[in-house]
Amino acid sequence: MLAFILRRLLVAIPVLILLVVVTFVLMYAAPGSPFATERGVPPQVLANLEREYGLDRPFLAQIGTYIWNIVSDFDFGPSFVYRDQDVNDLIAQGFPVTLTYGFWAFVLAVLVGGTLGIVAAVRQNSWLDYLAVGISIGAQVLPNFVLAPILVLIFTLWLGWLPGGGWQGGQWEFVIMPVVALGTSFMASIARIARASMLEVLSSNFIRTARAKGLPGRRIILRHALKPALLPVISYLGPAFVGMITGSVVIDIYFSTGGIGQFFVASALNRDYGVMMGITVLLGALTILFNLLVDIAYAWIDPKIRY
Amino acid sequence: MRTATLSDASALATAPKGRSLWADARRRFFRNRAAVAGLVVLALIAAFALLGPWIAPWDYEEIDWAVLGSVETMGRPSLETGHWFGTDQLGRDLFARTVQGTQISLMVGIVGALIAVVVGTLYGSVAGYFGGRVDGAMMRVVDVLMSIPYMFVLILLLVVFGRSILMLFVGIGLISWLDMARIARGQTLALRGKEFVEAAIATGVHPFRIILRHIVPNLLGVIIVYATLLVPSMIIYESFISFLGLGVQEPLTSWGALINDGAAEMRNGTSWQLLFPLGFFVAGLFAFFFIGDGLRDALDPKDR
Repeated sequence: MLAFILRRLLVAIPVLILLVVVTFVLMYAAPGSPFATERGVPPQVLANLEREYGLDRPFLAQIGTYIWNIVSDFDFGPSFVYRDQDVNDLIAQGFPVTLTYGFWAFVLAVLVGGTLGIVAAVRQNSWLDYLAVGISIGAQVLPNFVLAPILVLIFTLWLGWLPGGGWQGGQWEFVIMPVVALGTSFMASIARIARASMLEVLSSNFIRTARAKGLPGRRIILRHALKPALLPVISYLGPAFVGMITGSVVIDIYFSTGGIGQFFVASALNRDYGVMMGITVLLGALTILFNLLVDIAYAWIDPKIRY
Repeated sequence: MRTATLSDASALATAPKGRSLWADARRRFFRNRAAVAGLVVLALIAAFALLGPWIAPWDYEEIDWAVLGSVETMGRPSLETGHWFGTDQLGRDLFARTVQGTQISLMVGIVGALIAVVVGTLYGSVAGYFGGRVDGAMMRVVDVLMSIPYMFVLILLLVVFGRSILMLFVGIGLISWLDMARIARGQTLALRGKEFVEAAIATGVHPFRIILRHIVPNLLGVIIVYATLLVPSMIIYESFISFLGLGVQEPLTSWGALINDGAAEMRNGTSWQLLFPLGFFVAGLFAFFFIGDGLRDALDPKDR
């Protein structure tokens, strides 16, 4: 098991470096200086600015310093637009917000979606099953950027129950709509996957054996069927995590929650390459780390996997 | 010899007509009510996109100066002003803009899915056919690309190389072929051991000819199903990018851009600006999903 984890780590590191290099090359190849403005900056000032930020150095020296600063000091460098803030400040400001609603959305997706799917399969063709199937079909066509305006239209504008945006340090009435908007489509996917795999497991031979032995139904479900049925759900968690990170951009913009996605899009529109690169690298690293955890969990649960 | 083949042919003609795999699939598909409903809805939306420009009394760029400034009251959907779907915040006719957005969204969805399917199928079948080291290396590349949060890289691409429809196609196409490659590879692995492939190898057919003439046609069922399900996800990607303001540029528009505009303005009491594009988006995606599910049930006999 330890060897498996180490080997996966060894694969993850080159991926991470590749991500940094690709991002850096893109930024380096970008036409125009990040300091150029519409009014035009005197060439001498531009040169001074570029020297100040180390942009006049050779490519390899720049990327070397960039990677070294991240590895040694966890320092993502300066922002090119906000002179008094560096990328670390922006991340420290936005990341806790993203983490809060992202965590709850993930809980909603996995716990509610998983339970819904399992119960639907156990009680196949009951009203609960139809409800689960209905929700999962409906949520397919409601990605976060569609669901968010619908929620605001209903709960803020028509009913007036919830505030339409803001964060206020994370009080529940500000958190609830971001969580629902972000988590619902993944909840539906997980419910669909869990239902399908549970149905398959329930019709397999070892479950028939367990029934023939006269084991109580609850015990069959919880002790025998649940674990194999959850395997496809676990392998979906990686893509779901990526989807939620991407979705957080929409949530931050639509609900003005002040999370990390807001800085990302602002930096994309401002051509603030330092911030864009820092956020891409950070979220990429998180994704790779999470996929690693999913792989390990999968190998741990599934006895068929040899490592 | 000649007479023998002729009589064979006439014997075939009188024999009970066999049902091909495709005829069977077609029959199964048309028995599926949801799939047929999806097909009808999709045909209506396509007709709307194609015929809309001739019906609409206004142009999608044209500003109705009589409405500008009092869109909340004057820009409501009405038959008298000719703004059947109302106007947007700049006084442009929403019907014409929805027609235009539908064209772009459908085009992005179909072209994006096409790129993904062609690239993914070729890549996956080559990896699966050659196997061994080639397979290992090619699929490792897919694994690496899959573990990158591509949306951020796509946004990066759009910012660095400027926003254009072409860049959007390239960016979406670049990332969306990965799943298709995996599916095609898996299927090819299963086909590679079959006798007809062996026979082709034994008669000395070139490997790439085997892939194109013998492997890919056998993947067609899976490819079609996956392509139909890929179209809505392409539309969702494009809408997401347009929602962030990085997609198609004014005065062109798309479902995502229209939803974004409507969502930004709905606090002013102009909810029709959100609801009309949203309705088309939801109906269109439902149609594609139902057709995709219907095709899967029709073409994949494993499930029955």
